Amino acid sequence: MLITKKRGIVWVVAMGVVLLCSAAGRALDQSDAPESVTIGLLEELYEPVEFDHAGHTEMAECSDCHHHTAGTVTQRWNCKKCHTNPLEGDTVSCADCHSPNRFDSQYLATLDNPELYHVEKPGLKGAYHLNCVGCHQEQGGPTGCEDCHAMTEAGEQRFNAGRYSPAP
Amino acid sequence: MKNKIINRRSFIKGGFGGTAATVLSLKSARAAGDFDHYPDSMGVIVDLNRCVGCRSCEAACNKEQGLPEPEKPFNDYSVFDAHESGGHGGAGRRTDETRYTVVNKYELPEIDHPLYRKSQCNHCLEPACLTSCFVNAYTKTPEGAVIYNADVCVGCRTCMIACPFYIPTFKYSSAFSPRIMKCIFCYDTRLKEGRPPACVEACPQEALTFGKRVDLLEIGRKRIRQNPGGYVNHIYGENEAGGTAWMYLSPVDFGEAGFDVHVPHEPVINFVRDFLSIVPMVLVIWPALFAGFHLLANRKEQNKHHHIDGGEE
Ligand code: SF4
Ligand code: SF4
Ligand code: SF4
Repeated sequence: MLITKKRGIVWVVAMGVVLLCSAAGRALDQSDAPESVTIGLLEELYEPVEFDHAGHTEMAECSDCHHHTAGTVTQRWNCKKCHTNPLEGDTVSCADCHSPNRFDSQYLATLDNPELYHVEKPGLKGAYHLNCVGCHQEQGGPTGCEDCHAMTEAGEQRFNAGRYSPAP
Repeated sequence: MKNKIINRRSFIKGGFGGTAATVLSLKSARAAGDFDHYPDSMGVIVDLNRCVGCRSCEAACNKEQGLPEPEKPFNDYSVFDAHESGGHGGAGRRTDETRYTVVNKYELPEIDHPLYRKSQCNHCLEPACLTSCFVNAYTKTPEGAVIYNADVCVGCRTCMIACPFYIPTFKYSSAFSPRIMKCIFCYDTRLKEGRPPACVEACPQEALTFGKRVDLLEIGRKRIRQNPGGYVNHIYGENEAGGTAWMYLSPVDFGEAGFDVHVPHEPVINFVRDFLSIVPMVLVIWPALFAGFHLLANRKEQNKHHHIDGGEE
């Protein structure tokens, strides 16, 4: 059940990718980018986030978020060590590299591979938040949980909030 | 684990002599030597640089463990200010029988944003709670969790005194059935099936990284190496109290973020082990045990005084 749901999310994000990849063979630019991306990763506790992708392309370089996969030179010193060639990656979707099940035993078992360099790659939720919140803190964007995420009823139950607030 | 057959009632019914003899044999088995660490045991590394104080972990724990309704919603951040601690030796909200984990906030002059720190049981490799418990209520599982059997607990509270992190608390629903209450690493519902604890799964920032303890040490060292200006060069819990399954990374000296930096690196029980092993007489076991725990308590006090006398480094 949960897995199916998560697969669903991967697909939503992947939709954006399909759009982007139709422009294969050259570096991506703003015009290739989807207007918005629906991110439903936390949809149990929060309404899906309508991510204003177009708005963000005006504020940030593709590589600020897509590291070395968008065909522009990476900004990160640690990625630069290997990813020197600014070729477009096979995918630009967050979900294709960052697992939604980062701490499952199957995933943890893959970390035993001695040839693996990316042992510390965040999961999908971590990747979103570390990237988004980090930049929002630096640039003065909104950082409160509910600035981006509207709680569902299940979320209110989880947090004893809203309709489920403790009696005063 | 087969020692688990004593339950609280038979403990009481068993009479003084028999019970004390059982206690003695358990105790000497434990005191005979350090038990082997479980090499593949799991842990969590908590990165204070990543935590944003969202309290999602607290909310998740409350539901997973079926704990009572909180006084305030989990998205009410005034709880941080009501107990503003400012890094004074771990003040602030404490874990108790209604909350197995709490997040506290520390405003420090040298960093431009508040620091948040989650606490819960650290699941020590050689748990003082376990070694101090004379009815053997605690178990360290191969997965790394320190769990307990509340039915066996007689409510003596020695584990509370023994724990260097002030974790076990008691629920007194009735005077005759005290229950230990503390974080169990979500053992029953998750860890034993290889799933991450509820708080880890809920954390949006991956401030809580779950994995094999040996791998977490690698991850911790790597983060420090890659950002030496962003972290103090120390993994809290690598050696503290003989090593813990839950460990921490911090951008400031751990003392400033409410950690007790005078927790000895030896397992805490080493301080009383020699004492316990020279108490062979059944009839003196009770007073002796309690004297032992008194020593332990004093040891903790001394550490605290040392901390105060020594001042800040
Ligand atoms: S932190 Fe305290 S309660 Fe937890 S395992 Fe260690 S000694 Fe026991
Ligand atoms: S591991 Fe489980 S019991 Fe412990 S703090 Fe996290 S959610 Fe609570
Ligand atoms: S859920 Fe994570 S980021 Fe939020 S308070 Fe807990 S540890 Fe910090």
